[in-house]
Amino acid sequence: MNMLIKNGRVIDPSQKIDGMLDVLVENGLIKEIGKGLSAPAGVETIDASGKYVVPGLIDMHVHLRDPGLEYKEDIISGTKAAVAGGFTSVCCMPNTKPVIDNKTVASYIINKAKAEGFCNVFPVGSITYGLSGDRMSEMGELKESGCVAVSDDGKPVGNSEMMMRSLQYAAGIGIMVISHAEELELVGEGVMNEGFTSTELGLKGIPRVAEDVATSRETLLAEYVGAPIHIAHVSTKGSVRIIREAKVRGVKVTCETAPHYFTLTDDAVRGYNTNAKMNPPLREAADVAAIKEGLKDGTIDAIATDHAPHHQDEKDVEFNVAMNGIIGLETSLPLSLKLVQDGVLTLNQLVEAMSLNPSNILGLNRGTLKVGSVADITLIDPEFEWVVEVDRLASKSKNSPWLGQRLKGVAAATIVDGKLVYKR
Amino acid sequence: MAEFKHKHIIALRDLSKEDIELLISTAENMREINCRDIKKVPTLRGKTIINLFYEASTRTRTSFEIAGKRLSADTVNIAPSNSSATKGETLADTALNLLAMKPDIIVMRHAVSGAHYFLANKLNCSIINAGDGAHEHPSQGLLDMLTMKDRFGRLDGLKVAIVGDITHSRVARSNIQGLTKMGSSVFLAGPPTMVPPGVEKLGDVTVCATMNEALQDADVVMMLRIQQERQGKTLMPNAREYSRYFGLNPTNIKLAKPNAMVMHPGPINRGVEMSSSMVDGDQSWILKQVENGVAVRMAMLYHVCGGELE
Repeated sequence: MNMLIKNGRVIDPSQKIDGMLDVLVENGLIKEIGKGLSAPAGVETIDASGKYVVPGLIDMHVHLRDPGLEYKEDIISGTKAAVAGGFTSVCCMPNTKPVIDNKTVASYIINKAKAEGFCNVFPVGSITYGLSGDRMSEMGELKESGCVAVSDDGKPVGNSEMMMRSLQYAAGIGIMVISHAEELELVGEGVMNEGFTSTELGLKGIPRVAEDVATSRETLLAEYVGAPIHIAHVSTKGSVRIIREAKVRGVKVTCETAPHYFTLTDDAVRGYNTNAKMNPPLREAADVAAIKEGLKDGTIDAIATDHAPHHQDEKDVEFNVAMNGIIGLETSLPLSLKLVQDGVLTLNQLVEAMSLNPSNILGLNRGTLKVGSVADITLIDPEFEWVVEVDRLASKSKNSPWLGQRLKGVAAATIVDGKLVYKR
Repeated sequence: MAEFKHKHIIALRDLSKEDIELLISTAENMREINCRDIKKVPTLRGKTIINLFYEASTRTRTSFEIAGKRLSADTVNIAPSNSSATKGETLADTALNLLAMKPDIIVMRHAVSGAHYFLANKLNCSIINAGDGAHEHPSQGLLDMLTMKDRFGRLDGLKVAIVGDITHSRVARSNIQGLTKMGSSVFLAGPPTMVPPGVEKLGDVTVCATMNEALQDADVVMMLRIQQERQGKTLMPNAREYSRYFGLNPTNIKLAKPNAMVMHPGPINRGVEMSSSMVDGDQSWILKQVENGVAVRMAMLYHVCGGELE
């Protein structure tokens, strides 16, 4: 599949490129980047005037719900939502049914994604069998089956020795451990952030320190055994500070946050809005500021959505009963672009956080437009304004706090392995 | 007379000062009915009220039932804990099924904060909150304010001490929301494990370091029930120690104004949050609270039905 992407603003942090350039794609690879390239005979030209041309976006934290929970999402609908949001690769978490703790499930996902999906799907295996927290998964086989990391996402590995040994073992295998950092005793029956809003709404709070304590433990364990660790969905100012300090000490820690944590506060819960219920919960203005600061100074490496589809019947219920999580694949790009509009990040930093860094953290060999690399490319229209509408969302589930809201910026086209898989 | 514009009464937070004044003044008028030989008026004849109580209740449920009956409404009591809820039916489905029977008002108590807003979005009948989780208990807040007004003739400028487990108390929240709107000053005291963050931002609310500080010169001392199941867990050592620091007794009541009102929403743990001598003593308004409860609930039922007083 060959194409020439002309007249776009190409931003590729891996080569420190930011300029009006053309990109030639041949046989699924980047063939050439330069000014005034002309299309060889028979090669389609894509006009990217007014668009950003960036290495394909990578969402290192999604829930595709397949196998087992296909009524929420499946690999087809999830990857369709991904490419509509500009993502060329997603990493799917293992809390499926059955859990991704063996070769069979990992292979099923990879094969189904290749056959019927719209983008690259990299499964994340579980740290412990069945997410039980007490028996290590066969991480070696998981890696050989195509898993790019291990995580018990959805819950922490409560046992500190289990976590420490997993970090050691995974480092030997050469697979990243992604931690869901949360101290469950402190979470208790909490359903939202603990603060003034929880006091007024009479909802049981989850204190920020529940995350901070766990983030602290993870960085100390990683430091002690000298192994890398990645902290998922950072939501508190405390976690940002702990990770910043750990990085200064030389701990091999990386982390991600999600667009809702730098866009919304727990005020969004008012009215008992179950589409503002997720875990970790939305925090307060000081946390939002700290998350932005962490992205700006590089403490936070990546933006990932934690795309968590849930059926309407699981959200259209009393607040305490509602499932945790929101969809994010189709809203991540405009919400993240707002950080650039607001002067928090440079465009280059944004592309790093949404493409190059996730690739480097997980060793995906993507996130670049270097000649010879896989042609995963996203075209972004930064000015296009649109309203988030239920009927237009590709995801099977519609649990978004931004329904009905106007957002700015959109994926104009998504190219995976040199193939145009989405065009708005 | 001012007009009551709300279809539902879910939280005193949602009501204005004028709304609260109207409900209290209507309740004052309703009291006369409760003293008659034949305690019944035809005001809500033909109206159907379902009392849907997902949590156990004696006082509140009985009070709402009597209130409805005194206004000639047909009242039905349901405790879903021993019916369809145990068969896995969702709250929304239960409510929609009840709605199909065309009630005019559903009075509900539910363990989940905000459950009433959820229902109000789905149902076209009026919803009255008889207590939701740790959120609000508006009829209790109103009857407490009516009782204070009985004693002082006003709410403005009163110093009200609320002592106990504020975090888990919907009674405290409704009183804070109502009293601060009406111009009272609220002083809270409880173990720090039972005082929720930011509560002082709800209005003219002061969090006191000790119970004595809260009691100082108080016009009203409202004691909250301490949940037996919280004893010996992480929030406090036990009832004995709780009582030592947060129990009302004949000694510390002297810090309050002479003849200050002593109130309690019930049910009382005698000897824990207050000594029996305080419960039964001259300063106790506890049974007056219960008495006022019927009139307040009559006023609430009446106003959500938008009727006219005879």
